Amino acid sequence: MKKFTTVEGVVAPIDRANVDTDMIIPKQFLKSIKRSGFGPFLFDEQRYLDVGEPGMDCSDRPLNPDFPLNFPRYQGAEILLARDNFGCGSSREHAPWAIEDSGFRVLIAPSFADIFFNNCFKNALLPIVLKEYIVDLLFEEMYQEEGYSLTVDLARQVVVRPNGEEVLFEIDEFRKHCLVNGLDDIGLTLQDADAIREFEQSWQQRSPWLFNAGP
Amino acid sequence: MAGKTLYDKLWDAHVVKQRKDGTALIYIDRQLVHEVTSPQAFEGLRIAGRKLWRADANLATPDHNVPSLKSERDGGVAGIVEDVSRIQVETLDDNCDEFGVTEFEINDIRQGIVHVVGPEQGATLPGMTVVCGDSHTATHGALGALAHGIGTSEVEHAMATQCLIQKKMKNMLIRVDGTLRPGITPKDVILAIIGKIGTAGGTGHAIEFGGSVFRDMSIEGRMTVCNMAIEAGALVGMVAVDQTTLDYVEGRPYAPKAELWAQAVNYWRTLRSDDDASFDTIVEVDAETIVPQVTWGNSPEMVAAIDGVVPSPETTSDPAKRAAIERALEYMGLTGGMAITDIQLDCVFIGSCTNSRIEDLRAAAAVVKGKTKAASVKRALVVPGSGLVKAQAEREGLDKIFVDAGLEWREPSCSMCLAMNSDKLGDGEHCASTSNRNFEGRQGFGGRTHLVSPEMAAAAAIAGHFVDVRDVMGL
Ligand code: SF4
Repeated sequence: MKKFTTVEGVVAPIDRANVDTDMIIPKQFLKSIKRSGFGPFLFDEQRYLDVGEPGMDCSDRPLNPDFPLNFPRYQGAEILLARDNFGCGSSREHAPWAIEDSGFRVLIAPSFADIFFNNCFKNALLPIVLKEYIVDLLFEEMYQEEGYSLTVDLARQVVVRPNGEEVLFEIDEFRKHCLVNGLDDIGLTLQDADAIREFEQSWQQRSPWLFNAGP
Repeated sequence: MAGKTLYDKLWDAHVVKQRKDGTALIYIDRQLVHEVTSPQAFEGLRIAGRKLWRADANLATPDHNVPSLKSERDGGVAGIVEDVSRIQVETLDDNCDEFGVTEFEINDIRQGIVHVVGPEQGATLPGMTVVCGDSHTATHGALGALAHGIGTSEVEHAMATQCLIQKKMKNMLIRVDGTLRPGITPKDVILAIIGKIGTAGGTGHAIEFGGSVFRDMSIEGRMTVCNMAIEAGALVGMVAVDQTTLDYVEGRPYAPKAELWAQAVNYWRTLRSDDDASFDTIVEVDAETIVPQVTWGNSPEMVAAIDGVVPSPETTSDPAKRAAIERALEYMGLTGGMAITDIQLDCVFIGSCTNSRIEDLRAAAAVVKGKTKAASVKRALVVPGSGLVKAQAEREGLDKIFVDAGLEWREPSCSMCLAMNSDKLGDGEHCASTSNRNFEGRQGFGGRTHLVSPEMAAAAAIAGHFVDVRDVMGL
């Protein structure tokens, strides 16, 4: 997993509450054999005027001009600003896969749905919960200023506004450790690589037949 | 100090590291891989730039999506008609090439259902930890291995680290003592057990099947039993190693040879629960009480004896159970109180990782030999579990017996067990199936599955409805 330290990036809005994972990535894309490549289908029904199917080339599909993520000013955004209960509904990990694949690293909202929140951490995404009035303020500032960006410093647990003011956020110590060091479950287990190798050697001595490559 | 159970021994032998939070890092000896649950795992490795910890510990074969029809099969991977299925199989081929995993490809004679292929090749051995992204991995416990199903993220974890993070389960002993009556099969034994303890009966436990019935049972039969441990709620089912196990394993392609064989056998002989081992839960079943079983509902615990009736909702005062019976009767199109033998069948499926080994096919062939399928049965499929099972059956002439009786002889695959290839039940059709799950829609939208042994499925194909195979065979 990518290491997460500081992100300085353009902010893009999804300005509605209760955005569910079905909306984030519709069900027809779950047939895929991949964990990557979901980015072009992020918010597919809102983003395009036609009906999306897996495997489509999205570059010549008709874009919905009213959908904010299609606005030129939000292109290349790394921070997604959202409303209450973001990511509710189905547990599909395809939702964070699609968000991450679109280049986002941080999500800011007053609240997130539990499973989605957990899934984000497994995919190098940082979901930040801020008080509602602060989220309101960020939305306002973002709408006023084209190219509005924020700095998110995970080590110090602050979101820095363009005027230099800092907003503190909470994060579980263990999750922070995993994000900062780029550790997923596999990464964590691999920290015990020496122990695994040591076990393997002694196991091989005791059960050499298990280490025969086969016929 | 009390002795150890088989599960304790297998667990202890594989602990790499005990963690403070109660979990342990467990070393994995063998991972079996198929096309449905592996693509995202390989993709995860690719994205993270990781390799397999031990490529030689993995063995792959496509099974869920491969067609069972010879005409479609002859075209190889490219011949698979449905796009999604073809892409999954192609992806497995590509991933195995890229990561250096041995794969028995679609038309390799060693290809088949992973849970048939592993033991058949000696790729699963006693004392191993075996995992696969499939819940019926417990099958391999029949050889005295610690085997369980895992999810896609764990598939990736095992590929990358050769370990899994696990919590130890409780020990459960299911003891069936006595002698089975003539005509009673391993499938009847496990269905009767599930009927008794329920589909949550084994939750949180590793089940060991013990007692004279399992001692006397072939490895194929033990696999049928362990296969359905998951339907009893347990991730793991196993049987202690004995001479039958050793005889089965000896000489298989991946099994140790010569000195290594002798060394392995010394260790394997210790793989049984100590006499003074203690179990958290013990269930006892009297072998003499078991008769042929047929499921009538949409959960494997909804099972009845062949001479019994479909239950009525009024037979229970528990409102939840009553509602479940009502719901199942409606879905299955049955009425409470009707005789099991009055259930008419549209389809028969003999196959799946529960019952598609040579012994199953021999048993089914013996029942249909010289008879003809009932005209009311629209389709009867016999799908061997692997290319090698198929070849063996053909050497014995079983294919002819089936075809002469009006059954179809197909190519190895999961087939109608879960209807991922084109073998599906039609809406409302009743099927006598040797598979392991009778959930709504499992064998096709609106399909009505009845789980039975191969012998009972064969007898039903001839009669057009369920019959007691013992009557048919004069037992
Ligand atoms: S035969 Fe059925 S239960 Fe067995 S692996 Fe295939 S789909 Fe799963």
